Amino acid sequence: MQDQAPDNTPRQAWMGLLARAAEGRVSALLDAALPRPSFDWLRPPETGSVMVRGRAGGTGAPFNLGEMTVTRCALRLACGTVGHAYVQGRRKSDAEAAALVDALMQTGAATRLRSEVLDVLRSEAQARRATRADKAAATKVDFFTMVRGED
Amino acid sequence: MYVAVKGGERAIENAHAWLAEERRGDPNVPELGVAQIREQMTLAVNRVMAEGSLFDPDLAALAIKQARGDLIEAIFLIRAYRTTLPRFGASRPVETAAMDCDRRISATFKDLPGGQILGPTFDYTHRLLDFKLAAEGDVQPAPERAADPAPLPHVTEFLNREDLIEAAPPCDTPPPDLTRDPLEMPADRALRLQALSRADEGFSLGLAYSTQRGYARNHAFVGELRIGTVAVEMDIPELGFAIEIGEISLTECETVNQFTGSKSEPAKFTRGYGLVFGQSERKAISMALVDRALRWQELGEDYEGAPAQDAEFVLYHADNIQATGFLEHIKLPHYVDFQSELELVRKLRREAGADRTNEAAE
Repeated sequence: MQDQAPDNTPRQAWMGLLARAAEGRVSALLDAALPRPSFDWLRPPETGSVMVRGRAGGTGAPFNLGEMTVTRCALRLACGTVGHAYVQGRRKSDAEAAALVDALMQTGAATRLRSEVLDVLRSEAQARRATRADKAAATKVDFFTMVRGED
Repeated sequence: MYVAVKGGERAIENAHAWLAEERRGDPNVPELGVAQIREQMTLAVNRVMAEGSLFDPDLAALAIKQARGDLIEAIFLIRAYRTTLPRFGASRPVETAAMDCDRRISATFKDLPGGQILGPTFDYTHRLLDFKLAAEGDVQPAPERAADPAPLPHVTEFLNREDLIEAAPPCDTPPPDLTRDPLEMPADRALRLQALSRADEGFSLGLAYSTQRGYARNHAFVGELRIGTVAVEMDIPELGFAIEIGEISLTECETVNQFTGSKSEPAKFTRGYGLVFGQSERKAISMALVDRALRWQELGEDYEGAPAQDAEFVLYHADNIQATGFLEHIKLPHYVDFQSELELVRKLRREAGADRTNEAAE
């Protein structure tokens, strides 16, 4: 982001984590943390596309780069809490699990889910990122200047 | 035009059955899994995503399998699938300055902040066939070194500070979209960049090469080439805020090109820009060169009649699905068309023959 100030709420952060999690990971962590509550669909999972934009020269006028697949859904728990999910790819069951976590994070289950789902996802994502960054760093060129023979 | 012809259903069915068998190849050889293609034919997957204009590695891998490795056929499958998807919206422009870079090199500055990061590149390999790959074997993990957490600024930023290069000031004009409205001339830069990003790699490469050989003068340096992942953010209306909806891999190329200047304006370098899905370095550099060549008008340069300067020529011929669709349709039945041409030629020959006979008689 650069034109809009980033409005970094905890909910934005967890929705982003849930969107990028590897296939099946959110479901597995959620099911290990607690039994799934019953819910009603407000919008059953559907797969669509989002047009990804770039900027000319990296900073200039926006242009349409191409699309990506995204799956979204919305649901309501029996207590009335609403959960939303937008996850990358064509992953309906992952979208369902992500929306459940989003809803439950707004209930008394939040503490538990934060430590057993979100913190795990975050540290896994950070580890993945760090490994790649360290591999990239190992390919960084250390220039040295050849000393010319004559004085 | 071609005309519908009835008949041949059984022949077509059998042809497709044989296609499926040929696709599978020798059943004694293990079948390729989609995940294998995704993980081990990554650059083919990237090309299909870039030119199919849809970022989804699993789908691209499936398309490559279905197309028997014919990448243009695979791109066709992806384009066709794409049209079935409802569009949820558009992302915020991705922040390439914040990219997690696997690779980041500059041909213009040796000692740039953050350094030259080679990444997993074919450069400096000897291009000798490696027969060890013909045998299966484990690969050792690549070496690691503690990464510097400092951000990697764009190279153009340094030149910008000295006002030595044209600026690319941010604006928020909603860009045109050629998947929604037909591509029409004149095409502004946003539309050209969209078309170039999904353009055929071979066509882009050929045009870019032509500019290097002198067809449009825009001597280019690769100011920076970076490959890595960026987060994609979208404003979600029902939530009232933006969230990250995923991350994608991109290749970005910024060229630094010959300067312009006038009596009123001091000399400045100009820029070309390439941004492509996946690790697609050849394509991104090609795109930047062609983008720069197409900017001749706004930069006050002469039109030299070079193909790469001709927006209409470039943009109307760069899409390999349009091109292959039109090219390959001529193999489909044109019996009636041809019949009429045949009649015409026979008639012309008869008339010519009759004339000759008449001349001989006189």
